[in-house]
Order: sequence, then C-alpha cells, then structure tokens
Amino acid sequence: MVNTKVSLSGLELDNPVIPASGTFGYGYEFAELYDINMLGSFSFKGTTKEARFGNPTPRIAECPMGMINSVGLQNPGIDKVISEELPKLKKCFNKKVIANISGFSVDEYAYCCERIDKEEQVGLIEVNVSCPNVHNGGMAFGTSAEAAAEVTKAVKAVTTKPVYIKLSPNVTDIVSIAKACEDAGADGISMINTLLGMRIDLKTKKPVIANKMGGFSGTAILPVALRMVYQVYEAVSIPIIGMGGITTAEDVIEMMLAGATAVQVGAANLVEPFACKNIIEELPKVMEKYNIDDLKSIIGGAH
Amino acid sequence: MKQCIFTVRENKEIARITYKMVLEGDTSAISGPGQFVNIKLDGFFLRRPISVCDYNENLLTIIYKTVGRGTEYMADMKAGEKLDVLCGLGNGYDLSRSGDNPFLIGGGAGVPPMYNLAKKLIAEGKKPTVIMGFNKSDEIFYVDEFEKLGADVIIATADGSAGVKGFVTDAMKDLDYSYVYICGPEPMLKAVYNTMTTSGQFSFEERMGCGFGACMGCSCETKYGNKRICKDGPVLEKEEIIW
Repeated sequence: MVNTKVSLSGLELDNPVIPASGTFGYGYEFAELYDINMLGSFSFKGTTKEARFGNPTPRIAECPMGMINSVGLQNPGIDKVISEELPKLKKCFNKKVIANISGFSVDEYAYCCERIDKEEQVGLIEVNVSCPNVHNGGMAFGTSAEAAAEVTKAVKAVTTKPVYIKLSPNVTDIVSIAKACEDAGADGISMINTLLGMRIDLKTKKPVIANKMGGFSGTAILPVALRMVYQVYEAVSIPIIGMGGITTAEDVIEMMLAGATAVQVGAANLVEPFACKNIIEELPKVMEKYNIDDLKSIIGGAH
Repeated sequence: MKQCIFTVRENKEIARITYKMVLEGDTSAISGPGQFVNIKLDGFFLRRPISVCDYNENLLTIIYKTVGRGTEYMADMKAGEKLDVLCGLGNGYDLSRSGDNPFLIGGGAGVPPMYNLAKKLIAEGKKPTVIMGFNKSDEIFYVDEFEKLGADVIIATADGSAGVKGFVTDAMKDLDYSYVYICGPEPMLKAVYNTMTTSGQFSFEERMGCGFGACMGCSCETKYGNKRICKDGPVLEKEEIIW
C-alpha cells in the first residue's frame, strides 16, 4: 500500500487533491455525484464581505486546452456563507475545508478572515490576492510585494488557523512576492491563480467576454504553473499548494516534484465532474508505476 | 445529472446548417422537456450544451445548428461513434401551468425543445399550437413531425419565404392561447414578452463553463434572486425575468 497522506501546516490530508476555489461551488453539486469525503479537502467559492453578483455575461470563453472565466467573485457574502453555506456543506463533507477569502481593502481581508477563523469546519484560510476579474482590489494586492505583505500581516494578526496566500502569475517576479508573504508571516503559498487572457469573436469582431479580459485556466497553463512553483519552492521554506492545469494523477506527481505539498484541481472539474475522484483513484496506481511509496517523499524532488 | 456514453445512431442535415442526431444510451437522468445535455467533443476543452429535442428510455434526439467549430465537428460524426454526455441538466418546463391551449414558440435552434414538450402536453389532452420562427424557408424543419403529434403549426419567416411574413409576434396576433412556452434568441424572447397577454416560461441561452451549477459562469439576475442559467434555469418564469 502506498501512502498518499500529506500535511499542510498541521492540516492532515488523506491525499493531496483539493478542488480549487470557484470550480467546486460549496460542494453540493458534486456531492450529488460522488462522496466528496474522498477529497483531501476543498477550497470553497471565493468569499467577500458583501454579497456580489459578479461581472456581466458572457463570462466564459473557450480556448485551445483551456478556458477563460470572468465570473468576478460572485458569492453571497461572508455572513451568508457562515450562516447558510457552511452548515449545508457540513452535511455532505465531514473534513476540514479551505476558506477562500477575497477583499477590496486590507481591512476587508482582515474582517472576513477573522470571521471565518472562528468556524470549526475551516482548517486553513486561503487569501486570494490574485483575482484578475475585479477592479480596485483582488489582483492589485497580489501584484506588489508590499501590498501582499500588508494583507498577510493584517490577516495573520487576527487569525489562529494556517494562512496561505494565493498568488497571481500576472507579475514580473512571483518569487519576490512569495518571499514577502513568507516574511510577513504567511504559513504557506497557494499558486497559481489564472493568467489574464482574452478571446475575440471573429463574427462580432469584439471580445467574447463581456468584461473583455478574464482568467485563463486549464490544461494549457500547467507548464507555467510548474515553472512558478519550482521557482518559489527554491526561495521559500513554507509549503506550497500547487495548481494550474492539473488534470491527471501524473500531473499531481509532476506538480509535487516541482515543490508542491498538495495540489488543487480547477478547470478540470468543470468539464469532467468526476475529475478529482478519477485523479484520487488513479494516484496509487501511478505512484506504483513510478516506484513512489510515500507521496511526501517526492515534494520538491525535481530540485 | 448522470455522465453516460452514448452511441451515435443517426446524424443528418435536416435543413440548412441544421442537423438531427439520434443517440443511444442511458437517458434515465432526463426528467422532462426543456432540459439539456452537455457533450464532450475530442479536441475541445469545454462541453457543448444542446437542448433535448426528444427522448425515450434509450434514445435521445438532439437538433443543433453548426455555428462554430464544435458543432461542425459534431456534424461530421458518423453512426457508431461514441460521445461522453452529461445528461439531464437544467430545470425544464413546468407542464402543470399550460392551460388547455398553450403556445409553444421556438425560434431557429430554439424549436427542438418544443417537440418533446408538445408530445407530453398532447398526451395530457392539451391542444398546443406550435409557432416556429425562422429567417428563411430553407431553415425550416420538423413541421411534419409536429403535425404528426397532432399539434397545430404556424410558421413565420423574416423574409416571407414561407408562412407569415415577419416574426413569431406577427404570427401570434389576434389568436387565443392559455400560456406561452418559448425558446429562442433573446431579441425574440423579449419581443414575445412584450406582446403576450398570459404568463409563460422562457428558456434562456448563455455561454456556460460547466453546465451543472459549479462555476457561476452563466449567472443572471432575476426578481427572485441570482440564478444560474444551467442549474436554476434554463427556464425562467415570465414574472421573474429582468431584461
């Protein structure tokens, strides 16, 4: 028997497979299809202080080996997430969840993280400083080392649970931002968010997405994500949750070899609702194929 | 929702750039007319959402227009080929609201879901009238099929090459009806919304990521709150629509 267990800052996972925020809702749609308790954990839909409808539609565009989304953090707001979504989720998921939090100011990040930190179901807080689809916030905090550090400090000051900062790839030097987060007290790094992209409709000669641009994700971005995780792993000593284009158990192993302690699966869930289940079931077989007994032993193995 | 592998039994052009595909497989997840399926195609990242035209225990009929590379790929498929299909998506139409003589209005690629709806309503003893809108006569399909079910059929073409010259709203004039079920392009939905004198149910189209409610890619605001076209729709009640 191979060992697929990993640990994120004390949060023990049966396996490293975590559905990424925004691709798994609050879990219910998938709980109708399979027992989601087989997941390592899951990162719920990005939550902000106030309820948000998000961006106008169309919000989705297809790409070769991927897609662009411009949802814009649609969510019911932190109060409703705590009073309605978490109790509902508890009925179909008995493990700890990852709370994905977004904000439009340092205070808002701190407010939401302080609130969610008190929830027993939450095992880890993932602070999204990298949403490409909202103005005056989101990615702005993730494109400067100073701003990312400021958010990290503010959140760490009001929380007790591990805090992971989710970083944007849309930067010149992701390593310096990751290091700034580590220096500011982050317990880990989550990376990468989507790459800013666009598509243009040849019939209308206008952008497909109403908001013009959106976040590019899917199989195509795996090499970019691997490269960035590899670089950040060399520079920091805190754990990394690696994501970007992961579709197969082989991808999971590749991402862990680059330096990830756990992985998130995003766009794959949308086109293949059983993607995470399939990956988790395949993982032991692929480990055996590559003579891996203990998944922990391969973290950063490519360095 | 169920993920099933279907086998293509038939795939043929039935009108200009309009194809009928009959698929064999497990249709048990389909609960009624107005639902859709989401089809995985080799070489394309996102699935293709297509409305259910008709179904029985093991056959599913879809009618689609070749509007892009994905549907062009589908048009080239041959009998015997397999498709990975997410089946039984969306809410579908509520038949209980129909009254005795509802209008079933379809525009272009919005016509297909009216077929199973007409079949079910006729089985319940209702007398539906199907109003179909097309741009030109070479796009018209399924008139015989609807008439064989026992439905009255009215055709409107924008260029007047068949039936009433104009839009479905022109064909509706001065007629009595108990309710409206409609599917078609948004300008048509809006025109009917502004013309109709009864209540009704409107089926909407939107670019989707997943098709089963996970990604929030196809959200819309309604008077009853935010809804996902794929999961809480595609059918919305007239009373809740915000244009």
